[in-house]
Amino acid sequence: MANILLDNLVKTFGKQTAVKNLCLDIKDGEFVAVLGPSGCGKTTTMNMISGLLQPDSGKIYFDGKEMNNVPVGKRGVGFVFQNYAIFTYMTAFENIAFGLKIKKLSEGDINKRINEVAALLQLEKALHMKASRLSINDMQKVALARSMVTEPKIFLLDEPLSNLDATLRNVMRAELKNIQKELRQTAIYVTHDQIEAMSLADRIAVMNFAVLQQFDTPLKVYNRPKNLFVAGFIGSPTINLLDAVYDSGDFILADFQNKKQVVSEKNRARIHDLLKQEKVVLGVRPEHLKLSDSVEGNGNELTARVVSIEPLGSKTVVYLKSDSDTGNVIKAIMGSDYRPKVDQVKTLNFREKDLYLFDKISTELVFRF
Amino acid sequence: MASIRLENITKRYGNTTVIDNLNLEIDDGEFFCILGPPGAGKTTLLRLIVGLEVADEGNIYIDDELVNTVHPSQRDISMIFQNLALYPDKTVFDNIAFPLRQRKMDKETVKLKVVDVAKQLKIDWMLKRLPSQLSGGERQRVAIGRAIVRQPKAFLMDEPLANLDALLRLEMRVSLKNLQSDLKKTFAYVTHDQVEALSMGDRIAILNEGILQQVDDPETIYRFPEQMFAATMLGNPPMNFMGCLLETGNQKISLRHEAFAAVVDNPDLTAMLTSKVDGKDIVIGIRPEDITIYMDRPDRDDLIETEIFVSEPLGNETIVDIKLGNEIIKSLAEADFPGVRGNKVWIEFDRAKFHLFQKKTGECFFHASDEAFFQILTYP
Repeated sequence: MANILLDNLVKTFGKQTAVKNLCLDIKDGEFVAVLGPSGCGKTTTMNMISGLLQPDSGKIYFDGKEMNNVPVGKRGVGFVFQNYAIFTYMTAFENIAFGLKIKKLSEGDINKRINEVAALLQLEKALHMKASRLSINDMQKVALARSMVTEPKIFLLDEPLSNLDATLRNVMRAELKNIQKELRQTAIYVTHDQIEAMSLADRIAVMNFAVLQQFDTPLKVYNRPKNLFVAGFIGSPTINLLDAVYDSGDFILADFQNKKQVVSEKNRARIHDLLKQEKVVLGVRPEHLKLSDSVEGNGNELTARVVSIEPLGSKTVVYLKSDSDTGNVIKAIMGSDYRPKVDQVKTLNFREKDLYLFDKISTELVFRF
Repeated sequence: MASIRLENITKRYGNTTVIDNLNLEIDDGEFFCILGPPGAGKTTLLRLIVGLEVADEGNIYIDDELVNTVHPSQRDISMIFQNLALYPDKTVFDNIAFPLRQRKMDKETVKLKVVDVAKQLKIDWMLKRLPSQLSGGERQRVAIGRAIVRQPKAFLMDEPLANLDALLRLEMRVSLKNLQSDLKKTFAYVTHDQVEALSMGDRIAILNEGILQQVDDPETIYRFPEQMFAATMLGNPPMNFMGCLLETGNQKISLRHEAFAAVVDNPDLTAMLTSKVDGKDIVIGIRPEDITIYMDRPDRDDLIETEIFVSEPLGNETIVDIKLGNEIIKSLAEADFPGVRGNKVWIEFDRAKFHLFQKKTGECFFHASDEAFFQILTYP
């Protein structure tokens, strides 16, 4: 168990800044996902926490104790790598025992710890099989078990599920979550997959281009994203972002032939106070956008043309383009039976309270209706 | 124009049969997905079609022409590999131009075709760059450009999106599907990602261990899977399987699970279960979206009392893992579902969405269409 404090960490590689002034406080027993696209600095951050990389400046504290000069082997961290790094010629048991043997634990202690962890991970049957013969799922569990038995203060997991095929990933995600809740171990989980982050994390640290964008619970990151990047990165399909101009209390939508999105009375004053300039972006998530058949000649409605349909079994994702030539593709989630035809015109319906208002220049979230 | 037909294809590597007596027809202009887990034989299948592998038995026809002995370069098919295989020392322009120059096309025509394709894929502004200067998505489009520019009869793609970030994968899925629509050419697309197959395929072939499980349009496989494997392959989270024992002793037949019993209330189904089914191990399949969870105990006696194992809030919906006897099943709930690990809940199945499988063979022998077929009894 350990809380972690990152104080202004900086890491550059030549001219490239990989991590810029990162401050993060992770509570004891918390599961934190570090989420971002390739190259955002998440793996570099994890490597600094573990000690595999030295920051150029800034400090790292575990339980209030400064770690910068403590070597990797003495930080009490357990790793689970993306490619497992298991010894294929050893049995599952021997793999898991490896770290404990090096620490010179007694055979009795080793057996006890391994049996406990194997029970937790449902690995009992595979324990005495040669690692090369294990299923990928079991190999992943062995990698996890090997870390767990050393009873580390902190777990560091680097995209551990990315090598699994889609079906297995689903199963392992739920199991991982269950294990973490049982153990209540501090864990840092690096991933580019927002579904994993949303599902597993107590809090998510979203990174982009070496900078921390937001550090919050999944629900907050989803419902109150700090900026356009976070809003667009979390949620699948991605949020719809509509360019607009603030004009006399209402919004003129550039993507919809300058039709007006009228703001309700109760929100007008607040928005007037909060907006610093007139160029904005209105966000609405696909699940909040409902489609209905268009009525000819109803000038006030927002309409768009169906360009593509993705039936996903339990729901259908519909892609539409408005008549304005902005090229902006709108996404709506409808029920599993919904089957519009390509080129059909649909009316877009949403509630004001589902809207997000962003400042287009600063990209920050200004108001959540 | 290109239809692709495989007849009785078998491929072995030493003692291992990788493709086993496979018969497949891909229609001209179809977006055809080949879906299966790693090791199923999907890449081998593509390589056989393009000619990089030779089958041990069987015939391959492209446009009704037998191509068994035709060299890959003469089959007029383009292949896009998972690792793209772009020439690292050539610019984007030269990469795309390569197949045309190979065919000794004149300079002017090459330039015209390359620029045309690049514009189509929105990569015309980076023609002078090297692959190392491009992002994953941009490299992907260069590989596609190189495949398209030749205007082949058909395109084979081997997990082209697997190496891209989750977000980019989403965007490229729509791009590729629209591209195929525009080109109107046959696409044979290999993937292990069922969402890709579901959303892109006109038809899907489900492959496991070299054997074809089911070939149909996505919706048919989703609603009427023919075996457990096909049922698992489509749908995310996948279909739940609940192991039951067939009990015939009483007045009515029932399927007895550790946590409930499904009493059969229909004479035809009763007849099927008593005479045609082999053995007593029956599996009931139900999809996560067909399970309803109640947080508070309702005033009914047909709901099953269970406990939440794990709750995964994903933003627009919540996946709830539930303990059902010895098993864990998944259900889909709304975004703000309040339940957490350990909570006691009551669940209801949409019995009109039950699928019955024989555990021995994995074969599906019944798709319920009406909830009246079954009655749920719970144990006190």
